[in-house]
Amino acid sequence: MKRYSVFAVAREALRYHSGWERAWRSPEPKRHYDVIIVGAGGHGLATAYYLGKNFGITNVAVIEKGWLGGGNTGRNTTIIRSNYLQDPSAAIYEKARSLYEDMSQDLNYNVMFSPRGVLMLAQTQHEIRGYQRTAHANALQGVETEFVSPQRVKEIVPIINLDGPRYPVLGALWQERGGTARHDAVAWGYARACSGMGMDIIQQCEVTGVRVENGRVAGVDTSKGPIDCDKLGMLVAGNASVLSEMAGFRLPMESVALQALVSEPIKPCMDVVVMANTVHGYMSQSDKGEMVIGGGTDGFNNYTQRGSFHHIEETVRALNETFPMVSRLKMLRQWGGIVDVTGDRSPIISKTPVGNVFVNCGWGTGGFKSIPGSGWGMAELMATGHSSLTEAFTIDRFKEGQFIDESVAAGVAH
Amino acid sequence: MLILECPYCGVKAEETELHAGGEAHLKRFGPGSSDDEFHDYLFMRENPKGVHFERWRHVNGCGKWFHAARCTMTLEVFGTYSAQTYEPPQDIRDAISAKRPDWSWREFK
Ligand SMILES: Cc1cc2nc3c(=O)[nH]c(=O)nc-3n(C[C@H](O)[C@H](O)[C@H](O)COP(=O)(O)OP(=O)(O)OC[C@H]3O[C@@H](n4cnc5c(N)ncnc54)[C@H](O)[C@@H]3O)c2cc1C
Ligand SMILES: [Zn+2]
Repeated sequence: MKRYSVFAVAREALRYHSGWERAWRSPEPKRHYDVIIVGAGGHGLATAYYLGKNFGITNVAVIEKGWLGGGNTGRNTTIIRSNYLQDPSAAIYEKARSLYEDMSQDLNYNVMFSPRGVLMLAQTQHEIRGYQRTAHANALQGVETEFVSPQRVKEIVPIINLDGPRYPVLGALWQERGGTARHDAVAWGYARACSGMGMDIIQQCEVTGVRVENGRVAGVDTSKGPIDCDKLGMLVAGNASVLSEMAGFRLPMESVALQALVSEPIKPCMDVVVMANTVHGYMSQSDKGEMVIGGGTDGFNNYTQRGSFHHIEETVRALNETFPMVSRLKMLRQWGGIVDVTGDRSPIISKTPVGNVFVNCGWGTGGFKSIPGSGWGMAELMATGHSSLTEAFTIDRFKEGQFIDESVAAGVAH
Repeated sequence: MLILECPYCGVKAEETELHAGGEAHLKRFGPGSSDDEFHDYLFMRENPKGVHFERWRHVNGCGKWFHAARCTMTLEVFGTYSAQTYEPPQDIRDAISAKRPDWSWREFK
């Protein structure tokens, strides 16, 4: 793999850009791998990357039914923050946020991480109390965040309307180190690095069955034929229940649609991310100038990657009050992804009832921000059988009553 | 946009008139049941890619709960039926079989 650098750009400029190589290979599958990862979204690719980088395991295949990054990783609104309430969440999201800081250097790929700050508006008394509690919890956890006044909110976001009438801005939880990154680039950067370590990324290849022998995984059946493996990681987000059924166990999970939309590009007007969870809306401005807007999930199970129109209407209607300028914008594109939601709104990163089968899912509406931390912990879990980052996120926690309840702090998309 | 016909008042309601109530035909387990039964009742959910049975409420209409049989892969609706039943009635099952001959959902076929 040739490194990207200013010298590479200069060199290619002198020879009509004829020397750029493909970012990753597209090999045919081998008969056997030490580890098979199902799902080339951010979490699957990051897991493969840290298996290679941290544990030297490189006989790895990442199998993807569509194109890499084509699932939720390429459909999300790219908000990155780590100010969650519960200790296990704060730990894994903060690990992820800190890894984002030097991801471009680490991967030699520009993921455009932009720590522009994330503001979560408090628009009810309940939210004020909830966010103050989170700020105190974060202080104990060593996660930098603060609760700020409405006046400070106005300084940070001049285009905001503080005075309601329905949803006045009463304060906000502010994480200055949060921000956004280019979602496709995160998938592409990891894919290129994995391919560079000799791993096979196999796209257009659907896993259709999981072969289990004597209680342990033996391999998978795919649309390109059977492939054997010693260990299997399933990181397929909204399709997690489908994959677990193939392996013969169930998950406490439901799949629903979540949508986002972008406006026509306009001049720079808002240089932070603003989330308004009471009204189920959040917004940031992309480098191209589009306002990127996300809303709430649909209420019913769905695998179509299409959401209901009235949710978009709700989101935009609510944002109109808080950001009156939005009312004049034309919306250009709208799309949906299928998100995997668990009972306590926290992910499952766990061993499973089937030997050497590991699952990482349930990130729901908020798992872009966690990609590097989740991959880091999942790789450790798969390589060594234990990871302190992931130990609280087992499937068994529901039976034990050890919930990691984030639904209060972030009941909507985050 | 999802449109379901309320089996009580016969109104063809689009989803803003309705409230989704989750998985249908759950058997409730409480005190006296085993840990596993209670766990599965509380947390495990059918999450099929295909035929699914749900509870819905005609919340901005007659206010009553009912059942719907749907496909989560195509959003096709096979039919709606009364809430006063523990299992999908035969005519609903036949309607599904006509379009998805190999369907199954929990113990139902
Ligand atoms: C509209 C929207 C907005 C969002 N906004 C944010 C946000 O602002 N911040 C944030 O942190 N998170 C956000 N999220 C959530 C975030 O996108 C996801 O949690 C995250 O991308 C999940 O990554 P993943 O790798 O687990 O899944 P995915 O990226 O979905 O990857 C899973 C892959 O598995 C593949 N797959 C499935 N079944 C099979 C099979 N049988 N065989 C082979 N491959 C298979 C799929 O094709 C897919 O590519 C948002 C999500 C959506 C939909
Ligand atoms: Zn009715």
